[in-house]
Amino acid sequence: MSEQSFVCGGGHHGSYLDRLAGGILHAIEHALDADDFSRRNGLLQRLDPRVKVAGVTALIVTAVSVKSLLVLAGLFFVAVALALPSQVRLSRLAKQVWMSVFAFTGMIALPALVLVPGETVARLPLLGWPITLQGLRSALFLLGRSETTATLALLLVLCTPWPHVLKALRVFRLPTMLVVILGMTHRYIFIFLQSATQMFEARRSRVIGRLSARDRRRIATASAGVLFGKALHMSTEVHLAMISRGYRGEVRLLDEFRMKPLDWGAAFGFAAVAALAFWLQTL
Amino acid sequence: MTIAFETLDVHYAYNDVAALNGVGLTIEQGERVALLGANGSGKSTLLRLLDALYFPDKGEIRAFGEPLREERMHEEAVAQAFRRRVGLVFQNPDVQLFNPTVFDEIAFGPLQLGWSKADIRAAVDNVAREFRIDHLKDRSPHRLSGGEKKRVALASVLVVDPDVLLLDEPTAALDPRSVSEMVDFLISCRGSGRTVVTATHDLAILEEIADRCYVLQNGKVAACGTPAEILADEDLLHRTHLAHAHRHRHADGTYHSHHHRHEHR
Repeated sequence: MSEQSFVCGGGHHGSYLDRLAGGILHAIEHALDADDFSRRNGLLQRLDPRVKVAGVTALIVTAVSVKSLLVLAGLFFVAVALALPSQVRLSRLAKQVWMSVFAFTGMIALPALVLVPGETVARLPLLGWPITLQGLRSALFLLGRSETTATLALLLVLCTPWPHVLKALRVFRLPTMLVVILGMTHRYIFIFLQSATQMFEARRSRVIGRLSARDRRRIATASAGVLFGKALHMSTEVHLAMISRGYRGEVRLLDEFRMKPLDWGAAFGFAAVAALAFWLQTL
Repeated sequence: MTIAFETLDVHYAYNDVAALNGVGLTIEQGERVALLGANGSGKSTLLRLLDALYFPDKGEIRAFGEPLREERMHEEAVAQAFRRRVGLVFQNPDVQLFNPTVFDEIAFGPLQLGWSKADIRAAVDNVAREFRIDHLKDRSPHRLSGGEKKRVALASVLVVDPDVLLLDEPTAALDPRSVSEMVDFLISCRGSGRTVVTATHDLAILEEIADRCYVLQNGKVAACGTPAEILADEDLLHRTHLAHAHRHRHADGTYHSHHHRHEHR
């Protein structure tokens, strides 16, 4: 009997359960890889998370605010310049950000080339529709802003452990309870992903032949129900564990971040780049 | 000797399913007590009652000479004093490690008890060094091995230096080395003045981790004695499902059946 025949049906791209379990495993591996990366000894990795969150946010706000393509290009190169000493390879940025953003935003930006009225600079081959200078400028702005902000956001997430990103959000006066809930969600999502993977593997090991679409839906619904039950049980247990250690409804957090000279320097650098960008476009 | 815990005819049920049916026991301060029993005998429920997470449906629990009642635990001063003195290590460390990093996990208890930041940092550093987890402080709990998770869970409770340590199946699902480290820790508690109550069905470690044992069966105390006394009573162990009949084949091909428990002397 072939290997395929042991798993439930779903077409030649692999079974439904195979794809689901594979997708979950990929998500876990991706998250673990990002976690390892954030602990490397790079420039951004060494910075205080509060400086990173505030600094990168300032650059993102600047990128979406400036009205000069040259300044926007400058900000894009600043992002690239931050990536290199942080051990983020350009090939990784190209694969994870630039290509996908170009494909997605390009689809949205493309109509602007011909829809925005203005001075014609070229015509589309075959169709003969006019490409306007103003349309080209709008499309380049959209693409440039998307690429720059996505690159900056990826650098922040890649070079900062996720729990630190969440804690650093407190510089924006995010409520403590929200930070705690986000942290616990991040903490337990892995347990439930692993639990889901094990459930699908156990199910797969006992399924012979192909399942009908109805049976596959039934399995998915039942599995979701079991996972919900497990989540409910675990949330009760976690609450008891919190009470056992003194929790009485008000969460307290300890901020263990400490600013070093490098952090002050970086904070000044981020502020200077943002200020310079705004000043340059006034010239 | 001063009594740490006393339970008087304690009953507890989950909805309509009885878990404890009139448990009466006494635990003295500084004593290492093992709660023995098969799965479903009521050990974990009893630990949660001793930690004031559940409260008896009937009967009474006294902690450090005072009644342990739900309404009293609503008073902040009483609750804080109790949480400072009693710590529970859950069987499943994933339940207990709910913070994003190991540092946050260990700091959680002292933070809730209102310690100063300087004291918390010092206490976290001390306990992390003691349990050899200082290199893990910045890690997320989901990246830890089973043994590391258990050490972090233990550290997160011991950071406040409680008088009473309650442990629910501390060696469950651990590799042999981690079991050995846990047993070494429990041995080190002997004579430390700390009361240690361990729920377990692992008879192999009993003599090392306890000075006295209570055997639970169907939510009641079936027996009480020293580890040597309990281990010598094979009929009791068999009756309470702590030992099982073991079958093995002799050279002549015949089978032989006898009580079996794992023990290393």
